[in-house]
Amino acid sequence: MSWFPAPGIARRVRLGWVDVLVFAAVLLLLLAVLRLGGRMAAPLHALHTISLDPRFLPLYAGESLLRIFIAFLASLLFAIGYGYAAAKSPWAGRVLVPLLDILQSVPVLGFLSATLAFFAGLFPGSSLGLEFAAVFAIFTAQAWNMTFAFYHTLVTLPRDLEEASHVYRLGRWSRLWYLELPSSAITLVMNSMMSFGGSWFFLAASETVTFSGRQVMLPGIGSYMALAESRGDVPAMLAAIAIMIALIVLVDQLFWRPIIAWSQRFKLEQTPSADGPGSFVLTILRRSVLVEWVLRLLHPLWEGLWRTMSRPPRPRPARAGQGRAWRIAFTLLGLLVLAGALRAGWQLLSGISAGEVLHVGWLGILTWLRVTAAVLLGALWTVPVGVAIGLSPRVGRWAQPLAQIAASFPANMLFPIVVAWLLRVHAGLDIGAIPLMMLGTQWYILFNVIAGSMAIPQDLKEAGRIFGLKGLFRWRRLVLPAIFPSLVTGGVTAAGGAWNASIVAEVASWQHHTLVAHGLGAYITLATARGQGSQVLLGIAVMSILVVGMNRLVWRPLYHLAETRYHLD
Amino acid sequence: MAEPLILAQGIDKIYEMPGGAGKQVLRGIDLAVREGEVLAVLGPSGSGKSTLLRIIAGLVAPSRGRLTYGGAMAGRRGDGVAMVFQSFALFPWLTVQENVELGLRARGIDEAERRERALRAIDMIGLDGFEGAYPKELSGGMRQRVGFARALVVDPDVLLMDEPFSALDVLTAENLRRDLLELWLERRIPTKAIVIVTHSIEEAVYLADRAIVLSRDPAEVRAEVPIALPHWRDREDRRFTQLVDQIYSLLTQRAAEGQTPGRRRPDPVPAVRSGAFNGLVELLEDAPREDIYRLGEELQFEVDDLLPIVEGLELLGLAEVHEGDIELTEEGRRYAAASLLERKEIFRTQALARCPALAQVRRVLEQKSNGRMNREFFVDAMEQSYGVEEAERQVDTLIDWGRYAELFAYDQESRQLYLEAEEAGRAQGPSGA
Repeated sequence: MSWFPAPGIARRVRLGWVDVLVFAAVLLLLLAVLRLGGRMAAPLHALHTISLDPRFLPLYAGESLLRIFIAFLASLLFAIGYGYAAAKSPWAGRVLVPLLDILQSVPVLGFLSATLAFFAGLFPGSSLGLEFAAVFAIFTAQAWNMTFAFYHTLVTLPRDLEEASHVYRLGRWSRLWYLELPSSAITLVMNSMMSFGGSWFFLAASETVTFSGRQVMLPGIGSYMALAESRGDVPAMLAAIAIMIALIVLVDQLFWRPIIAWSQRFKLEQTPSADGPGSFVLTILRRSVLVEWVLRLLHPLWEGLWRTMSRPPRPRPARAGQGRAWRIAFTLLGLLVLAGALRAGWQLLSGISAGEVLHVGWLGILTWLRVTAAVLLGALWTVPVGVAIGLSPRVGRWAQPLAQIAASFPANMLFPIVVAWLLRVHAGLDIGAIPLMMLGTQWYILFNVIAGSMAIPQDLKEAGRIFGLKGLFRWRRLVLPAIFPSLVTGGVTAAGGAWNASIVAEVASWQHHTLVAHGLGAYITLATARGQGSQVLLGIAVMSILVVGMNRLVWRPLYHLAETRYHLD
Repeated sequence: MAEPLILAQGIDKIYEMPGGAGKQVLRGIDLAVREGEVLAVLGPSGSGKSTLLRIIAGLVAPSRGRLTYGGAMAGRRGDGVAMVFQSFALFPWLTVQENVELGLRARGIDEAERRERALRAIDMIGLDGFEGAYPKELSGGMRQRVGFARALVVDPDVLLMDEPFSALDVLTAENLRRDLLELWLERRIPTKAIVIVTHSIEEAVYLADRAIVLSRDPAEVRAEVPIALPHWRDREDRRFTQLVDQIYSLLTQRAAEGQTPGRRRPDPVPAVRSGAFNGLVELLEDAPREDIYRLGEELQFEVDDLLPIVEGLELLGLAEVHEGDIELTEEGRRYAAASLLERKEIFRTQALARCPALAQVRRVLEQKSNGRMNREFFVDAMEQSYGVEEAERQVDTLIDWGRYAELFAYDQESRQLYLEAEEAGRAQGPSGA
C-alpha cells in the first residue's frame, strides 16, 4: 500500500538542506506540543492570570491551536468510526443516520455550560475539565459534517472496485485501506478543512465561559481577545486579530495545502489531470531523504500490522440471520437511551409552564427573522461582488483565498467592536444582532458564489456574449441559474452559522455595558448565566426544532432543485 | 467425462423491487464449466449474462438453485476464481504492481513472494517497465493488461471475464485477445477453464470452445453451440462465418418464440429514441434487403445498439425481419421518402395502430377533462409487469415517441403528460365523449 512505500532503490544518500529543515521543524513541533500539553493540566486557581502582554500572545495562540487540533483528531476518528458503523450495519444505520441529522442541527454553543459542568465534575480542581469541555465544543462543531461526508462516500463506493475487492477476497482491514479510505480521502479532506475553518468561532467562544456563576478563562487567543476587549485595550485587540489571521494562514499553508495536494492521488478519474493543487511543504517533504528514511523504517512495522490485522473474509456474503444479536442489542440500547432522554427531559421540563413555552416559541420566531435577514442581507451584497470576482479569473485567484480566510476568522472576536459602535449610535441589539450574525456568516455565501461563478463553463459565457445577453436578462438567464447550487450551499451554511451565532450575538457587551436582544439566543445565554437548566434545555429544543424544520421545508427542496434543474454538466 | 469445475443447476435470480413485484433476471439456468475449455456466454444487453457471471464468482447470491465447485475447485470454496472487468476496476491510487499484488496481499502471502509473483505476472502479460506507473498513466489496453495480470497472479482455476475487450478500440482488443489466447493455448498459465461473457458473436466464435446463448426477460439458456474449429481461427473461413450467422439468428429470434405461452406480459417497447429510426430507414431506402449483422458491422454498431432500433421499426410496421435480414415495408418506404412533417404523420398513424401502450397513454389523457396526467401514474401501471426500473425506461420511451408523433406533450417540471391546447379542445368535443 502506498501509505508507507516499500524500500526501493535509494535516490541519493546525502542529506540536503531540506532534511535539516524538516528535522528542525519536527523537533520544534514536538517541543511545542510537549510544552503546551503540560500547561493544559494546570490547577484551576492558576487560570485567572492571563496577561495582555503581547509577548505571551504566541504562547496563547499555540494553546488554542493545540486545542483545535486535538478536537480535529477526535473528530476524524469519530467520523471514521461512526460513518463506518452507520454504513456497514443497516440496523445501526437506521439509528445512526437520523441521529446524526439531529445532532447536526443542535446549536452547540447552547450546550457549552451543560458539558462544562459534566467535564469539570470529571476533573475536580484541575483545568483539564475545562479543557475537555472546550475541546468537546470544537469537536461538536467539526465532527458531524465530516461524518456525513465519510458515510456518504462509503455508501456510494464505485461498484466495480467493490466487486474487485470481493473477487480478490479483501478482508475488512484490507478493504478499509485499499478501498474505503482512499475512495473517501478527497471528500473527507475537503470537509475536514471546511469544518476546521468553521470551528475557530467555537474555539473563541469556548475559551471564555461562565461556570457555576463566575467567568472562567482558559489561556488562549480567544480569551486574550475577550480580556483585551473588556479592558478596552485597543493595541492588544489589534495584536490578537493579527495573530489570529496569521494562525489561519499558517495552518492553511503548512497543514491543509500539503494534505490537499497529497490527497489528489486518490482521485477516482482515470485520466491524468493537467495541474493539481501544489504545495511547497509537500514538495519539501517529498524531496527529503530523511522523510523517506523514516518511512522505510516504519515499513516493516506497517507490514507487521497488516499481517496481524488482515484476515481472509468469510467465504460467502453474510446471510440474513447473522448479526441478530447485534440487532437486538442495538434496539435495546436505542430504547434505553430514548427512555433515559425522555425521562431526563420530562424532569427538566416539568417545572415549565405552557406560557413559558409559548413565550420561547415567540422568541424563536424573532431569532428566525434575524437569521433570515442576516442571510438575505448577506446574499444581497455577496452575490454581485462574488460574481464580479468569480467571472474575472485574475481577481478570483487571489480573492477566493481571502474570502476563505474571512470565513474562517472567528467573528465573535470582533463582536465587541461592533457593540461599541452600536452603543455610540444608541442602537439596540434587536436590530444590531443582525450585523453581528452577518459578520461571521456572509463569507460562506461569498466564498461559494465565487467558486460557483468561477466554475461557469467558458462556452456558456461565450454563448451569452454572442447572443448579447445583458444586464438583468443576463443575470436571470445565465448567472443566477449557473451559481444557484453554490448559492444554496452557501446559504445553508450561513443559516446554520447564524443560528449558532445568535447565542453569542443576542447578548453582547462592551466594557461595562451589556446589550440584550429579544430572541431565543439571548434566552439561552441568560438562562445559562443564571444556571437555569430547564430553560436552557427548552431553548435548545425549540431552536433545534426550528433548524430541523427549516432544513426540511426550505433547504432540502432547494437542494433538490439545485441538483436536478440547475446542475451543470 | 470428468467432473465439471463449476456446476450451476436451476439458477434463478429475482431482484426484489420496492412495491413487492420482483424482476426475474435469470430463470432455471443450468451450466457446467469443464476443465480445459473456454466457455462463452452470449446474450442481448440486459439479459443478465453479467449477473450470471457474478453468481458464478460468488459476488451475487442466486435466489434459487445450486452452485457446486468440483474437480480441482472442490474445497476452494470460491477461492479458485479470478475476474477481469469490463471497466478494468483498477484502483487508481495503487501502482501497477500494487494492483497486481492485491489478491496476494489479501491471501496473506508475505512480501518477498508477493513481489516475485507479481513481477512474474507483469512480465508475462507484457507490462514490464510499468511496475511503478499509476493506471491513469496507461492506455486502455495497458490498463486491461493490468487487469489480466491481477487475475492471473492468483493462479485461478477458472478465469471469469466480463466483456473484457469491449471498452477497448478494435486494434487494441484484437492484440490483447491474441496474447491471452496464446497464453492459454500454450499452457503458460495454470488456469483450467475460462468463462467469457460477451455480446460480440465474433469474439465468442474466435475464442471459445462452446457458446451458451441466453434469451431475455428473464434469461434462459436458449441454445448451446459447440465451436469445434481448430485454433488459430480464420475469420474469413466459411465455417467461421456460418457459426456467426447461426448464433446471430439464434440471438435475433423474437423472445416470444422460445417461451411457453400463458401468462405473458405485453411486449415492452424497445428503448430507442424516435430520432434513431430516421437514420436507419434512410440507409435501408437504398438497399432493399440487408443482413443485420453486416449492417451492424458497417455502421460499427454493436448488436446491442442495433437490435432495439430494428425491433422498433418492426413494431411500427416500417420494416420486417426474415432470417437475419431486414427489409423496409410499403409503409417504411413511404416513410423514407416523406418530408419531415409527413413522417410525423405516418409515425403517428403507425404508432397508434401498432403500439398498444402508446395508444393507451393517449386514451387516458383524452379521458381526463383537463387532458393532464402525472407521469407516476403510467410508471405505476407498468411496474406490475416490468418492475420499477424498466417501467421508468418504458415511460421515457413512450414520452419520446409521443412527443415526436405530437400525440401529447410532457412537462418536465410538473412531471405531467398533457394534451396540447388544441388537442385538449378536440378531446372535449363530441369525439372525446
